[in-house]
Amino acid sequence: MKKFFATLALLAFGVPSLAQDPAPDALVKSVTLEVIDLISKDKEIKSGSRAKLVEVIEAKVLPHFNFTAMTALAMGQNWNKSTPEQKKRLTEEFKTLLVRTYASALAAYSEQKFDFRPLRAKPTDTDVTVNVRVLQPGAQAVTLDYSMEKTANGWKCYDVMVGGVSLVANYRTEFANTVRNSGIDGLIKDLQTKNRSLAKQDKK
Amino acid sequence: MRWAWLCLALSGCATVEERDPRDPWEGFNRGIYSFNETVDVYVAQPVARAYVKVLHQEIRTRVGNFFSNVQDIFIGVNNFLQGKFVDGVNDWARFTFNTTFGLLGIHDVASEMGLEKNNEDFGQTFGRWGAGPGPYLILPFLGSSTVRDGAGLAIDWWVAPLTEARPIALRNTLYGVYFVNTRADLLEAGRILEEAALDKYVFQRDAYLQRRRSLIYDGSPPREKLE
Repeated sequence: MKKFFATLALLAFGVPSLAQDPAPDALVKSVTLEVIDLISKDKEIKSGSRAKLVEVIEAKVLPHFNFTAMTALAMGQNWNKSTPEQKKRLTEEFKTLLVRTYASALAAYSEQKFDFRPLRAKPTDTDVTVNVRVLQPGAQAVTLDYSMEKTANGWKCYDVMVGGVSLVANYRTEFANTVRNSGIDGLIKDLQTKNRSLAKQDKK
Repeated sequence: MRWAWLCLALSGCATVEERDPRDPWEGFNRGIYSFNETVDVYVAQPVARAYVKVLHQEIRTRVGNFFSNVQDIFIGVNNFLQGKFVDGVNDWARFTFNTTFGLLGIHDVASEMGLEKNNEDFGQTFGRWGAGPGPYLILPFLGSSTVRDGAGLAIDWWVAPLTEARPIALRNTLYGVYFVNTRADLLEAGRILEEAALDKYVFQRDAYLQRRRSLIYDGSPPREKLE
């Protein structure tokens, strides 16, 4: 009988909550804590394996990012001037670079504490910012602000601000300069070259 | 906009580097920048790496805390100048507790008590008072700044308690340790920057300008919507 009620309760409360998308702040918190837990337990990552770290990021973090939106924002007006094929390749290369940067930042993590701020948004909002602070002794906390948008597949992040610096905005001038000097294909080529040289570094 | 059309009408204009309005002295800045990079690669980084190797993280944190504590005095002053009295009192309370119970600041007991570290300087105060950043400026040895922040930095250093330390040999030693410790703290961030940027100069400049704007508004600047 006990089991019956438990099952009933699960059906009534558990299942619908599983089907519903988690709130953006809850999502950021659970993903952050899960990734931190994974990397602090994984022996390979602790001994400096970049490949394993990237694997974890790809499995746990990437599904919650909208890289097409990120690339479009970083490209600005040049996005509309790109062909679908160029858009695809730009997104792919930019994603590789961002994942790599994220891995480096995570590799530098050492037991800092997180302060997940309560979400300041209306339940009807579809574009919110989730604020997290990384606390460290003797220094001002580092703020991580995740810009998130509600989509059909749940909340997706389209920009991260680290200490007030928007990652996407920071690529804007670089991208615009490169496109002005060597076109969109030139930018794709530059990104490829960058990613290849970083991949080579990892193998060393 | 009119200039852009004029530019299109003229031949060979594509080769002319478009100036970033925030960085009118880019040519000059890039010169200082590459000088700084050279000094950094051949002097500052090797010294910082050796320092990291010799001293354990625990001790480096204590050293950083000591300097951080001394700075809290003028972080407080700047908060008062910006009319943020609660924050100013917070900073001075931090200084009081850390100097006494924290043994001259080497232990950040105030943070554990919930008195959080703030980030203020004269550049931010000028910004709060309404001064724009002015042109971007690379300072020799010190790196990214703007005309406003450079003026602020001059005052930061002029009033810094560190400059009052005597004998001179002690003061100079403190300067030296301060710079090496600061550079050591930034080794990791520097590596990430190197990896993330296509053009390091541009990436660093944009990050600096964004960061300063954010600091002036204490982390919540009016949002600039990216379209």
